[in-house]
Amino acid sequence: MNSLKIKNLSASISDQQILKELSLEVPQGEVHAIMGPNGSGKSTLSKVLAGHPDYEVTNGQVYMNQESILGKHADEIARLGLFLAFQYPVEVPGVSIANFIRAALKARLPEGESIKAVEYYKSLYSKMDALGMDRKFTSRALNDGFSGGEKKRCEILQMSMLEPKYCILDETDSGLDIDALRIVSGGVNNLRSQERGILVITHYQRLLEYIVPDVVHVMWDGKIVRSGDKSLAIELETKGYDWIKEEIAA
Amino acid sequence: MIQPNEFDIDTEKGNFHFDTNYAFNAGVGLNEEVVRYISDVKQEEKWILDFRLKAYQTFLKKPVPTHWATEDLNNIDFDVIRYYLAKGQQPSRSWEDVPEDIKNTFERLGIPEQERKFLAGVEAQFDSEAAYSRMKDDLEKEGVLFVGSTEGLSDYPEIFKKWFGKVIPTSDNKFSALNSAVFSGGSFIYIPPGVKLTQPLQAYFRINAENFGQFERTLIIADEGAEVTYMEGCTAPKFETSTLHSAVVELVALKGAKIQYVTVQNWSNNVFNLVTKRAIAEEEAEVRWIDCNIGSRLTMKYPGVILRGRKARGEVLSIALANDGQHQDTGAKMIHAAEETSSNIIAKSISIGKGRSSYRGLVKMPKHLKNCKNNTECDALLINSDSQTDTYPAISVQGDGNSVQHEATVSKVSAEQIFYMKQRGLSEPEAMSLCVNGFVNDLIREFPMEYSVELKRLIDLEMEGSVG
Repeated sequence: MNSLKIKNLSASISDQQILKELSLEVPQGEVHAIMGPNGSGKSTLSKVLAGHPDYEVTNGQVYMNQESILGKHADEIARLGLFLAFQYPVEVPGVSIANFIRAALKARLPEGESIKAVEYYKSLYSKMDALGMDRKFTSRALNDGFSGGEKKRCEILQMSMLEPKYCILDETDSGLDIDALRIVSGGVNNLRSQERGILVITHYQRLLEYIVPDVVHVMWDGKIVRSGDKSLAIELETKGYDWIKEEIAA
Repeated sequence: MIQPNEFDIDTEKGNFHFDTNYAFNAGVGLNEEVVRYISDVKQEEKWILDFRLKAYQTFLKKPVPTHWATEDLNNIDFDVIRYYLAKGQQPSRSWEDVPEDIKNTFERLGIPEQERKFLAGVEAQFDSEAAYSRMKDDLEKEGVLFVGSTEGLSDYPEIFKKWFGKVIPTSDNKFSALNSAVFSGGSFIYIPPGVKLTQPLQAYFRINAENFGQFERTLIIADEGAEVTYMEGCTAPKFETSTLHSAVVELVALKGAKIQYVTVQNWSNNVFNLVTKRAIAEEEAEVRWIDCNIGSRLTMKYPGVILRGRKARGEVLSIALANDGQHQDTGAKMIHAAEETSSNIIAKSISIGKGRSSYRGLVKMPKHLKNCKNNTECDALLINSDSQTDTYPAISVQGDGNSVQHEATVSKVSAEQIFYMKQRGLSEPEAMSLCVNGFVNDLIREFPMEYSVELKRLIDLEMEGSVG
């Protein structure tokens, strides 16, 4: 079975251990959600999986479709098919969205092959239309001066253009009003497919009303402490994270 | 990333040399005899020899300007440099007549193809003298002159003598004095009144010999209402020892004339590139310097415009890229000397690795003038933590009716930007390249097409080897 498989993963930053033997498997074709309180290590997990150089992995393995990705460079992991939608997308002045996505697509092609401009723009425009993005955006510098909602839409646009095998959405709902949330969720739902695994990281259950997960995991203190179906998210929302704390203590 | 195009001068491409037998060789080191030898080989009139000898004395008297510039200048050993090397040929008008070894060099650099594609005229200088010079026939009929400095002074003194050494006096600085003493090669161009060249003229400067000094002299006169774009490219092989390139370039834009002067300097990293460039702009004339410095060990160059006529306009657009072992000390000078004159300076520098870029600007507006305007923007981008940049603006503005705007920024490519771009699949050099291209993009858009494509490609090449 093809999956994104995380086994006993431990990772630290500046000698502080954040992930503690975390295990999780997201099979191709499924949507999983991770919920957890602030500081439980959700964002760290997404960065470690994406190969952020600041984190030190002290234990465990990560396989993407049976291929080990730990220790690989971030760009290599990305080209193998892992996409991370950032909680805080970084501003890159001077680099237009159109040029950036094109360069990212080109980086996936064999040396010497190039992207056909007409087809590229056709595909870009249709995806922007679906996300309710003005076409003027293509020439705007990446995330530079974007509102929170614009940044998140731009992440989903990149995700749909790059067609990754596995997507991690890190707090994609933060900073979105209800209309933007609907559009962004629609964009993610369009990407649901038998060929793709999606991991949604969120603090609130709200997002999961729009992106309905197959499996919900609860993360606490660097590991997964509960897993269940979507009703777990609702239970968590009603009872609060303290409920989990008490459950664990018990 | 970007496909090679017709204007192809990357550093690796220039890194070769052919053995050449020189008929004329001024030997090693500089003294009065060397100056006389050069003048003699060229069969110059006495006034030119006198000009050279006087300049030589000025050169001796002037100190190396380390009181304000880098100490690295002390590493130039004037005694080991060869000041004149030539095969003794007249510049050929036909490509077939260029000597085989020189032809090989320029063919490898792609010069003949470029000429056919988009140029109105080409001059290719090999060490001290032009090996090939050709202009489209119809331009010749319109009275356009495009010749070397020797020919310009001997055959058309009535046109060139009047301005020769007048825009940049011999004593301007030590290196302009040196050039005035030993100059050879370069382009002398005259565009008659009202003649507007739609295609650019180009000169290509090539250093082939080790321990060599290239001292070309360029003078461009655009008569009233004339328009011309001139482009120069330069390469040299990588030698272990240092090489000196010290040119003097004078531009004269008479009433209503327009001159655009484009440089892509891509010398190898052993070249000291110390060049004096200045223009005079008369009434309603426009002079624009587009100056891109990518190569060399040390470049010191501050193209200037003396705005001498009412409503004259001057502009400098400058891009400098300093990699490990390089110091790009560049900038601009705008001397406002008439009312309602305006000037614009946009300088962008990129420092990579241990590279250093410096911006020096000078803007002068005296008290008695009114309605003069200057806008200066200088932006620096630092790629690595030990990259260096510094800015030395000097603005002297007097009088009430004049306005000056100055903006300077320094930015850095952050680790989070790089991680973000890598997460999308770009390698680190690709990500850096994109950032650098993004940084210079709005400026490059102002450049002639052939150059903007080439520049982007050169930047990509520089970034490839620099990140690791």
